[in-house]
Amino acid sequence: MNPAPSTPAHQDTGVSHAPDNGEHPPHVVSVSLLFGVYGILLVFTAITVVVSRIDLGNANIWVALFVAVIKGTLVALYFMHLRWDSPFNAIALVAAFFFVALFIGLAMLDTHSYQPIIKPTPMAVTPH
Amino acid sequence: MSTATPTASAHGPDHDHAHSKHLAHHFDTPEQQFRSAKLGMWVFLGTEILMFGGLFCAYSIYRHTHPEVFSFAAESYLSIPLGTLNTVILISSSLTMAWAVRAAQLNQRMLSVVLMVLTLAGAAGFLVVKTIEYSAKWNENVWVGQWNRYNADFNDKNPAKLAPPAQPELSSVAVPLPVPSASLSDANSVTDLSKIKPRDNGPAGLAATPVSGKSTDWDSHPSISATSDLSGNESEEAKKITQRYKGMAASDQWRVATFFSCYFLMTGLHGIHVVVGMGLITWILIRSLKGEFSSEFYTPVDLIGLYWHLVDLIWIFLFPLLYLIH
Repeated sequence: MNPAPSTPAHQDTGVSHAPDNGEHPPHVVSVSLLFGVYGILLVFTAITVVVSRIDLGNANIWVALFVAVIKGTLVALYFMHLRWDSPFNAIALVAAFFFVALFIGLAMLDTHSYQPIIKPTPMAVTPH
Repeated sequence: MSTATPTASAHGPDHDHAHSKHLAHHFDTPEQQFRSAKLGMWVFLGTEILMFGGLFCAYSIYRHTHPEVFSFAAESYLSIPLGTLNTVILISSSLTMAWAVRAAQLNQRMLSVVLMVLTLAGAAGFLVVKTIEYSAKWNENVWVGQWNRYNADFNDKNPAKLAPPAQPELSSVAVPLPVPSASLSDANSVTDLSKIKPRDNGPAGLAATPVSGKSTDWDSHPSISATSDLSGNESEEAKKITQRYKGMAASDQWRVATFFSCYFLMTGLHGIHVVVGMGLITWILIRSLKGEFSSEFYTPVDLIGLYWHLVDLIWIFLFPLLYLIH
């Protein structure tokens, strides 16, 4: 509605956000969407509690993590506005998770391959 | 300093926006300023995830090497109903916070304030439940470090807990005489100390100690002597816990305290974030009441909302990993 200010700086702001007119661009999430996400989060909480009481062997941890990732993604996309945000913000979040996964993954790989060698030694059976 | 004044005056007539009072001189537009602040917040949240990542890594390694310990400790001492309740409370407070940001964006000041108060109430409720849980851990002697009955130092450091309070001889010794704790435990648990002795030899002594019947005998574990000392009024549940503990491998028995280290460090660091979050929400609540935010400027509300959602997000992972271990 306002005539676009002629400052060059305004041109790059339009790249990631289409309806740019130099105004503050608040993407407002509707109340119904917030409550919808809230409801789904509660349902998933119930699911993860119920499934954890069923013995699935090694699959329990993966189901629990899968549900937690879905819930976390919903929180990040809708409560934290990432769905409508600049992708840079999402990169910060995804990169953090990626490096944590890398860190844990490599540490686990190491633990997993050396554990059989460590276990039979007295250190593991005697008190520290 | 000389450039600041001409820049500000140059921007004044150029941007005749009402929100120019919030615009720092090194930003071209309020939107650019808002996006920069938000990106900065996201980078901070990334470092928060990395910080928790270290604890999650320790958790993963110990759970992988001692799965029995984790299922024993979680099933024996953690309450799933309380954990679920806290999950629901935190998700609800995340909803009210997201709604408070929406209200701030739409200039609905009183609604925003009410929703922030509800968010604060959720945070307080979470901490109340957490306090109930932590007190239960204290009462069951599964607290941090030396106050954990599964810690090898428990009997040395907690001589008073070696016997039930009703026992007259210990209380008569403990109350009137200012005996150093070492000699007190010497007097009361000579057998325990003699069995623990090899531990004091240091790593070299440890390596030399053969894996004998003694080290696999559960009686030699300080934690179990603590349990049996309290057996006078041991509940059915406590007996079951002791029974299950006895059935575990010796290498697992010595690692039960590690689960509680993970539990208290992870929930403790998270709890500190909840307390900090309460302070931050109070701050934006006061500023909202003063009418400092509007649809033109609500950056602090938005950023603190992001922080609060991250606290929720981390709990979403902590809950199944700590409470829901099968």
